[in-house]
Amino acid sequence: MVQEVTFQGNQKILETREVTLRFGGLEALNGLSFSVTPHQIVSIIGPNGAGKTTLLNAITGVYSPHCGEIFFHGTPISRLKPFQIAALGINRTFQQAQLFSNMSVLQNVMVGMHPKTRAGFLSGALHPPGERREEKKIRERAESLLEFFGLVPKADWTPGHLSIAEQKRLEISRAMASEPELLLLDEPVAGLNIRETEALGDLIIRLKERGQTIILVEHNMHLVMGISDWLIVLHHGSKIGEGRPEEMQKDSQVVEAYLGR
Amino acid sequence: MGNKNKISLLIFALIIFTLPAILQNNYHLMVLNVAALNIMVVIGLNLLMGYAGQISLGHAAFFGLGAYLSAIFTATCGFPLWPAMIMAMVIAGIVAYTIGIPTLKLEGHYLVMATLGFNIIIYIVMVQFDAVTGGPSGFAGIPRLRLGDFTFQSDRQIYYLFWALSIAVLFFSMNLTHSRVGRAMAALSHNEIAAGCAGIDTDGYKVKIFVISGVLASLAGSLYAHYITFISPGTFGFFYSIQVVTMVLVGGMASLWGSVFGAILLTLLPEVLHAVQEYNVLIYGLILMAVLVFFPRGLFPGIAGVFAKRRTAVPPDSREQLALEKRVWCRK
Repeated sequence: MVQEVTFQGNQKILETREVTLRFGGLEALNGLSFSVTPHQIVSIIGPNGAGKTTLLNAITGVYSPHCGEIFFHGTPISRLKPFQIAALGINRTFQQAQLFSNMSVLQNVMVGMHPKTRAGFLSGALHPPGERREEKKIRERAESLLEFFGLVPKADWTPGHLSIAEQKRLEISRAMASEPELLLLDEPVAGLNIRETEALGDLIIRLKERGQTIILVEHNMHLVMGISDWLIVLHHGSKIGEGRPEEMQKDSQVVEAYLGR
Repeated sequence: MGNKNKISLLIFALIIFTLPAILQNNYHLMVLNVAALNIMVVIGLNLLMGYAGQISLGHAAFFGLGAYLSAIFTATCGFPLWPAMIMAMVIAGIVAYTIGIPTLKLEGHYLVMATLGFNIIIYIVMVQFDAVTGGPSGFAGIPRLRLGDFTFQSDRQIYYLFWALSIAVLFFSMNLTHSRVGRAMAALSHNEIAAGCAGIDTDGYKVKIFVISGVLASLAGSLYAHYITFISPGTFGFFYSIQVVTMVLVGGMASLWGSVFGAILLTLLPEVLHAVQEYNVLIYGLILMAVLVFFPRGLFPGIAGVFAKRRTAVPPDSREQLALEKRVWCRK
């Protein structure tokens, strides 16, 4: 119980306790416990198949853990559906950008504001003044996000015609549209060249400077070491280490998992 | 919706409402009246197919539910006309909700099977429950449509009422697809997981859209019953369900103008094909096949795409981009 109090004092934004998730016989996550403090970039690293993406899927409700619990601001969320978790304030991007190609770039961001807006079927069909005001607000906010992410010139394009880097930026701006307290990024720089990686790294740092809490899953060690406040190392679904980036670089177990003995 | 859509809608309404001045034959008007009703059903079904990514093979049942309930409430129970129609719509909505809740929560196309079964059950009830429905010989003596003291007697009077209603349905649906809800529907039809993670209640939206499309079919059914004043089970069989699905596909999924186009075309086509007598089914089938082979996304988006390409002289590589942008525009 004493520990509980210290948790409150530390203001954990997210906490997982003994989270286990199986696919058949494979334990993708094995009794995983960690916590995330606000306004930090926490990176989750580990070899392929370590369970990093599975963890993001468990946090966002795409998968439901078999044992254990995930707390967001102390509220258990492991039985909630993705849309409910998004409404609470967790949003994410995917390893391969999952954009809505049947909409324009601007509309993709506008969809992102869904949890923060209200208009239902009736006001959608009748367009009363209240709905128009909200729609104007949605458009303006989406446009300002596109500006932040440097996508204004492509606002009317379809996502399929953006470069990979632009698609990744668009997906982050869609996630940011819901003003999430916690942003999960799944390999945001995979497939980008060095220059694009640096630019996206800068964007992530700018988000953090604005107070955004971020969980980053990434293989690019240069980026991870450069921007993370905290590292969590996974291997076979278990946590084999956590700490500040410079500590983790020296950890023999971590080095072994990555490089082999 | 954009200004282009508003202007198109206005022009469409003008054409529709000047048409009776040219058409002197009542039979032509009657066919167009049926087309107006089909538009309501097809728009509702397209919201479900094009936006919620689900197929219903039971829309004839909702159409029939509206027709029979409305007939029973007015002719048998003696309720006033419009409240009876609204009661029928409410019941159809509740039925859709009860079918939708268990089936739409499951992944995959369980709604197809459920609605198919529902259509068959409703058909059997219409035929067997003859004390109430009149059985196979039908239900006659349904009161005509009335508005205050005015009774809609002729096909010409009905024409204005039905087309005003179906253009209203088109207008509200266009508004809907351009709203927060419309974006959410487009998102969930494209990628359910991404839509869910973006905060969209995918199951909830699917159920609501299914209810709306059931209610629209019920409204069209009630109007049909009060227009023809005689209904029989044959009209509400599985064949009509297939027909409206075909209208959606031929017109173009997720295209509301496509639905209007598809409904009018496939309602008029059999009438036109009477000219070729016994070959009409063959030619009807060939036309459908040709449309689906050459315009797999539907006739309306397909033709719009062709015109978009013709009109603009652009380098070949940006052409595809342009066509795609047009496609986005069509959905706006």
